[in-house]
Amino acid sequence: MSALDLLSVALMTIGALLLLLAAIGVVRMPDLFLRMSATSKASSLGAGCVLLAVAVSAEHAGVAWRALAGVAFLFLTAPVASHMIGRAAYLSGVPLFAGTVCDDLRGRYDAEHRLSSGDTPDGDAGRGDAEWTS
Amino acid sequence: MTVEWIALWVISPVLALAMLLALLRLLIGPSTPDRVVALDLLGAIGIGAIGVASVAMREEAFLDVAIVVGLVGFLGTVAFARYLERQA
Repeated sequence: MSALDLLSVALMTIGALLLLLAAIGVVRMPDLFLRMSATSKASSLGAGCVLLAVAVSAEHAGVAWRALAGVAFLFLTAPVASHMIGRAAYLSGVPLFAGTVCDDLRGRYDAEHRLSSGDTPDGDAGRGDAEWTS
Repeated sequence: MTVEWIALWVISPVLALAMLLALLRLLIGPSTPDRVVALDLLGAIGIGAIGVASVAMREEAFLDVAIVVGLVGFLGTVAFARYLERQA
């Protein structure tokens, strides 16, 4: 095995272990937000490591660049998706872990929040500061 | 031991175990956001599995599949989040 092969195997092992860690976290953590804290970081890093291993073991430069583009795409989209799920879950009242000591968001949001781009007929006219239609 | 052998017989079982654990949370998850998070994780593990398969089979075309799975998973997660927020 050449040095590049060893690097590829090492990156694949790290990536697979990080993905396993994310899966263990999503099963063992007591609360949705702790589960997200386990998965959103470890899963993007794990899949990124595996794609990096593909890039290292690729024979053509084009394949390596495609793998790196996949890593960049993953790192751009994973935080956005996690933020959207976390926001939707908090606003829909998912219960927090009983041992939570600090909830900085409590009372600091509009409890009657609705998406302003919704297609409901009465919508949220006259509420919020980001109105596109009036 | 070649890279292909290690990818097929060492890395893939680890990813399969991770997939089973994420599937467990998808089945038992008490609330809908839990299931969405598990589905998101399942998509990420799927990207990893496709990358490992691409190394194991020396098939470079699988990489495009991994990128497309990542795109579809992201769009699905965003759609689920908007659906949940509208229902809230």
